[in-house]
Amino acid sequence: MAEFKEAPVGAPVATQVTSWLQNRFPTAFDAYKVHMSEYYAPKNFNFWYFFGSLALLVLVIQIVTGIFLVMHYKPDATKAFASVEYIMRDVPWGWLIRYMHSTGASAFFVVVYLHMWRGMIYGSYQKPRELIWIFGCAIFLCLMAEAFMGYLLPWGQMSYWGAQVIINLFAAIPFIGEDLSLLIRGDYVVGDATLNRFFSFHVIAVPLVLLGLVVAHLLALHDVGSNNPDGVEIKAKKDPKTGIPLDGIPFHPYHTVHDIVGVSVFLFIFSAIVFFAPELGGYFLEYNNFIPADPLQTPAHIAPVWYFTPYYSMLRAVTDPMVNVFAAVVALAAVLAVLKGGLTGKWKVAVLVGAVVVVAALKIFDAKFWGVVVMGVAVLIMFPLPWLDRSPVKSIRYRPSWNKVLYGIFVVNFVVLGYLGIKPPSDIGTLVSQIGTLFYFGFFLLMPWWSRMGEFKAVPDRVTFQPH
Amino acid sequence: MSDATSAVALEPGMDPDRRRWIAITCGAGAVGGVAVAVPFVSTFAPSERARAAGAPVQVDISAIQPGEKLTVEWRGKPVWIVRRTPEQLATLKTVEPQLADPASNRTQYPTPAYAKNEHRSINPEYFVGVGICSHLGCSPSDKFTPGPQPSLPDDWAGGFLCPCHGSTFDLAGRVFKNKPAPDNLEVPPHMYLSDTVLLIGEDKKA
Repeated sequence: MAEFKEAPVGAPVATQVTSWLQNRFPTAFDAYKVHMSEYYAPKNFNFWYFFGSLALLVLVIQIVTGIFLVMHYKPDATKAFASVEYIMRDVPWGWLIRYMHSTGASAFFVVVYLHMWRGMIYGSYQKPRELIWIFGCAIFLCLMAEAFMGYLLPWGQMSYWGAQVIINLFAAIPFIGEDLSLLIRGDYVVGDATLNRFFSFHVIAVPLVLLGLVVAHLLALHDVGSNNPDGVEIKAKKDPKTGIPLDGIPFHPYHTVHDIVGVSVFLFIFSAIVFFAPELGGYFLEYNNFIPADPLQTPAHIAPVWYFTPYYSMLRAVTDPMVNVFAAVVALAAVLAVLKGGLTGKWKVAVLVGAVVVVAALKIFDAKFWGVVVMGVAVLIMFPLPWLDRSPVKSIRYRPSWNKVLYGIFVVNFVVLGYLGIKPPSDIGTLVSQIGTLFYFGFFLLMPWWSRMGEFKAVPDRVTFQPH
Repeated sequence: MSDATSAVALEPGMDPDRRRWIAITCGAGAVGGVAVAVPFVSTFAPSERARAAGAPVQVDISAIQPGEKLTVEWRGKPVWIVRRTPEQLATLKTVEPQLADPASNRTQYPTPAYAKNEHRSINPEYFVGVGICSHLGCSPSDKFTPGPQPSLPDDWAGGFLCPCHGSTFDLAGRVFKNKPAPDNLEVPPHMYLSDTVLLIGEDKKA
């Protein structure tokens, strides 16, 4: 415990109040130093470093608008759709709150995808920041759950059939699937019970977990310090007198002011969408969701909201021929591992047995189940990224030049998958998404090999920074 | 690991009896925690009210014209009654080589014995099926017009197309090969109370 220090007699009132607080709640003062005034962040942060603080801003927008929406919304299958329309038409300024919340959902995914991409290109997940990355991936999972359950609440056609499809994904799991999906729905069909529990999860359970994870993400970040576009550890070069990193500047006021620029630009775009194009051509709010849920009629074309479509494409890509391709890839990998892997006899047998089991499972269970597995693994594969990447340098700036092309293809591929997921199914679309799925998984699963190949450039001792 | 354990065991002044009690109480506490979780998880299961719902539905089918479909709700799901024309019935034979499970032998959604025939129905003219795709539960759309059209093969003979993932079904609800849906459309338990009245949800004869 800190020493108890009274302010001198006759000190100004402000000093006395501060001292009173300091003696009773020193934690707040320490936290301010640790996380703001004495948190030294690299001075060479660029554009990509806006998205972390923007994600925090969107989180606040979602929580505040959400609190106000709950005051008028009715989580009841017979009233939900009408209550959303009531918010839109009758509640004073209700339309603004609701459009902020719906636009905020898409904005969340925009900034989080860009934030994750930043982590990928600058190797921010590498040692010692693995745990920050893992907390971040868990936040991404929570966000997906939050977005999915929130989308059911307006009880429109897309809400209903989207939930129907996603809950049925769980039914594809062999043996336990049917019971599991029944437990999620709470009824034999998506209905009032489902709506009520999704409401509960959306407004209480998931946000609590999300907030906890955000705190863990930030605490872990402030423990090890931020990475930067050069991937140079700023703590390695400290001022011998003060012990402050030479390339670090206090988060407050320098980066807070810097982030205000990002916040301003973000709010320009956010407001433009909220006021002028809240549906954004059917991408942020799908047109079919303005029709009340009808359990007897699926809309002619259903697709998830844009932020889920890359994964949805991968789900649709898994047809019977695709499962055969997977089986061939597994068999090939096993043969290569045995021939070239430098394994001992026992491991060779284990690899072969494992491959036979996987191939047999691929053939036994339906393509439907494997589609679900592919979709799930596509998200979960982000978690082990710190261990898949064996590159000796962090930042793409000092990786072999062809890495830039590879990462570029990764983005284009992800966008193409997202585009195909919005479109109705077609033969050519399926073929392209199958190739895209193979590339996506190849990118991650072959990373332990390709990330070590090529000519690495010399990493500087200090960050590259031009004062301006 | 074993070093650490023995180091703990050798700690002076440690009472192994108390340690054992701590372990036992922790174990008992964990059992209690799991027991408390049971009622919470149980609330996720369908309620008694939801279980009680789902009574059989009577349908008058006299007004359906040949080539038309009537949709009724049974247990919250759409049930289709399709009155097939002779031409449509003829297509059932021709599409058979393209089907994944033409004889409905798969057991995920067992086809009742009285509908396990070439037209998958009691009365060849009327097909009764649950209009929920066996892939992920969307309700397929009617595509009764034969011939080439978007999302369908050029030799399309008429049937259903699932808008979600493109699974196609023939006019007996049988799924085509190499589609995401693994199973034919479910045939619900049903029986004819008279020539024009159908009871969906019950089949006393079976």
